[in-house]
Amino acid sequence: MQDAKDLKEYRGQCQQALDNEFLRQTLDKFAVAYRAGRDKAFEGMDLEKLIREVAASKEFDPSSLRKLFFEFKAKAEADGVHVHWAKDADEANRIICQIADDSGSTKVIKAKSMTAEETLLNHALEDAGIEVTETDLGEWIIQLRHEGPSHMVMPAIHLSRFQVEELFTDVTGKQQSPDIEQLVKVARRELRQKFLEADIGVTGANFAVAETGTIGLVTNEGNARLASTLPRVHVALIGLDKLLPTLHDALRILKVLPRNATGQLITSYVTWISGANTCPVNPDGKKEIHFVFLDNGRTELAADPLFSKVLSCVRCGACANVCPVYRMVGGHKMGHIYIGAIGLILTYFFHGTDKAKNLAHNCINCEACRDICAAGIDLPRMIKEVQVRIMDELGHPAPAVLMSKVLKNRKLFHRLLRTAKWAQKPVTAKDGFLRHLPMIFFKEHDFKALPAIAAKPFRDLWPEIAPQVPEPRLRVALFSGCVQDFVYPEQMQAAVELFAANQVAMSFPMGQNCCGLPVQMMGEKEASLSITRENIKAFSGEECDYIVTLCASCASHLKHSYPKLLAEYPEMDEEVRRFSAKVIDFSSFVHDVLKVEPEQFESRGESVTYHAPCHLCRGLDVHEAPRKLMEISGLEYRPSAEEEVCCGFGGTYSAKFPELSKELLNNKLANAEASGASTLLTDCPGCIMQIRGGFKAKGSKVQVNHMAEALAGNLKKKQ
Amino acid sequence: MKQRDRLCEQFTRKAEAVSAVVATVNSQDQALDYLLTLCDAKEACRIQVSGCELPLSEGAGALCETKREKIIAAPGLEPALKDTLAKRCAEQHFFFLDREMREHGAGVDIGFTFAQAGIAETGTLVIDSSNEDLRLATMLSEYHVCVLPKSQVVADSYDIEGQLSRQMQQPGNYTAFITGASRTADIERVLALGVHGPLELHILLLED
Repeated sequence: MQDAKDLKEYRGQCQQALDNEFLRQTLDKFAVAYRAGRDKAFEGMDLEKLIREVAASKEFDPSSLRKLFFEFKAKAEADGVHVHWAKDADEANRIICQIADDSGSTKVIKAKSMTAEETLLNHALEDAGIEVTETDLGEWIIQLRHEGPSHMVMPAIHLSRFQVEELFTDVTGKQQSPDIEQLVKVARRELRQKFLEADIGVTGANFAVAETGTIGLVTNEGNARLASTLPRVHVALIGLDKLLPTLHDALRILKVLPRNATGQLITSYVTWISGANTCPVNPDGKKEIHFVFLDNGRTELAADPLFSKVLSCVRCGACANVCPVYRMVGGHKMGHIYIGAIGLILTYFFHGTDKAKNLAHNCINCEACRDICAAGIDLPRMIKEVQVRIMDELGHPAPAVLMSKVLKNRKLFHRLLRTAKWAQKPVTAKDGFLRHLPMIFFKEHDFKALPAIAAKPFRDLWPEIAPQVPEPRLRVALFSGCVQDFVYPEQMQAAVELFAANQVAMSFPMGQNCCGLPVQMMGEKEASLSITRENIKAFSGEECDYIVTLCASCASHLKHSYPKLLAEYPEMDEEVRRFSAKVIDFSSFVHDVLKVEPEQFESRGESVTYHAPCHLCRGLDVHEAPRKLMEISGLEYRPSAEEEVCCGFGGTYSAKFPELSKELLNNKLANAEASGASTLLTDCPGCIMQIRGGFKAKGSKVQVNHMAEALAGNLKKKQ
Repeated sequence: MKQRDRLCEQFTRKAEAVSAVVATVNSQDQALDYLLTLCDAKEACRIQVSGCELPLSEGAGALCETKREKIIAAPGLEPALKDTLAKRCAEQHFFFLDREMREHGAGVDIGFTFAQAGIAETGTLVIDSSNEDLRLATMLSEYHVCVLPKSQVVADSYDIEGQLSRQMQQPGNYTAFITGASRTADIERVLALGVHGPLELHILLLED
């Protein structure tokens, strides 16, 4: 639940979650186990094809939603079911309270339904004097504790057996044991009684199949079966987005939903209800069934060209499972009612700006959610867009406005960076780290040492070092990005040395600016667009085969975001496509294009481990190239655990949420140290800044270098 | 290996992976033998149902008291098979039940059913549960024993799409996919079987 009044209070709440040792351990274990289970569950399947098909089957616009609804309604009503349309949460709750009233009901049992959480149905029923009992074990536990779910599939994952023991002792009036199997059995018996007493069973639905008027329920415990059987009235509350044209569409989602949610091939039970089934306790021998479809903004979403894709979500919860922020703070902080990446988006649309204003910023943009989504939703992009909408409503914060102003004017930006070099002089130590942070940084940043601005930026070095390559096999234009230009020019120099040794001619267009990702991340769309155009222009005159960058974030942004940013400018289409097609990251260029050979290198016996930048492994889907390069260049590669998990940098994220950034970094450092390697290599200067600074602050001996430096370092010297 | 054997082998592997017990029987009589032996041998047929030995609230404890016999529930059987089973239950002093399942909300020891189909990909039983008594027998039982004719095992859920779709268009249809026992991992992600439904699922692959 989101109740923080501002970002500061929200950060405080996140810190409390960080301090919860049990939660941290549970979510850490889960994050690792989930990956392994999921991989196994999808073994031998064409997952990408499946995801594409699921996404295609859930493409809605307002009129298709209505059409499906009326098709479903006609089918279901022909078989004795009452079908309702509720325009919002209040109306859905009113309809259900009315059903209770009309049927003389006083007791309701519920199977798990996120849609009922969305409408806060329990409160409405209780206000109407009705006793409500949740029957999903996890939901029952959190109901008894007066909490909301902390995960869409495992609502009580934040609680320990001891907390459940205590709770059940209260509920039964008898001392319980902390034995999980016994606690489960106690719940079985306690809830069995509730099932038998209830007048109404409320469920959700995972599918509403229009061609047959059938709903499908995907559960493990079997409570949805009892809830839809024992009480004389069955009410299913269903998001409009659960409508599907055919049974085939539902069976397809069923192949991906349990596998992606928990690594199960299928859940214990899948229940298909079509029409009013037998119910001997009703006078006509038929069950009274109501299917209540909830709009609550879904039709509006369906009309939005970008956000309509949100409706393809199948609610598997995987975007939370892989979210490094969720792993740190759990679902109560990384969500309002809906949790994880999809929760950040849905909170804004279903529960409003006030609930979303802090939450929506808590995305590190590592793209792990997009990578895992069962419906292929570009969640990070939508979160970014939500941030923009919120800032447009509430006003852009001063740092974002300032940054966008500065970055839009490249010369001013570069002058500022050059000035900063002098300003930091009294605080720069010999090793190139800042001894004391200048005032512009916050005290929460003391978990990492920050680098100083380099004495001479790469753009000033270039005229001196630009190599002459007489008969080049390739021509490349270099894109340095701000960090390698002004902080780590030596990384660029290393690449230049390696490229020259491979007969690559190079140019460095001086008109290039920051790639624009930082302002895009801060939701400054206009500045982002202006920078995009500027960079494309800067490279337009270059005769080159590739545009190479050593920064994975720049590469991913130039390659994938530029065409999207300029989508509304068809006159730029040709130019942006040509530009983006040429962009390539360093490791892919060296491995796939230059195809360097072991003969070019000599081993110095160095052992290395690797950190895969988010924007390399997910943003560009590059996995093999850097790992192969380590072998080819004679380095001893020692893999570390979770190489593809974010280091916590996330650009401006680490300034917004330093506490979370720090914890992510700590995991990264621990995993890298455990590999026993003396050096960590990576492909992104931002990650280097974060990880190198972390090791330095910790006093560790592990070195952190760019892949380019390691390769250039192992190049055989010419005789 | 014949296609059918391959499917049955895959079905068995997948069902066993989710803790179902799979056995082969050559006839319906053998299926009844299995059922009655299971009831006789296993502690499922103690009178008290699972959880009733634990510290419960008064109301939940009182519900436990309503079960006073060992019960096999088998609604929806063909008349001849039903008669045979009822007779054999009487011989072994098990209470045989094929209707009014609602009177047995406290629980029954074994629910005995037939599946329409098996899905090899996931080890799933497909059971038309439109008959409420049959449905409750698969929910309120401690053990669920289900007979699956080998000829009805298909590779994939898509293979029974047509059959399912026709079934769903029958009046008041309630179809269940059942895979393994009822399970939860809601406390500390520790797997526990039998939270609301059966604690064990036994699948009898019938040669046909």
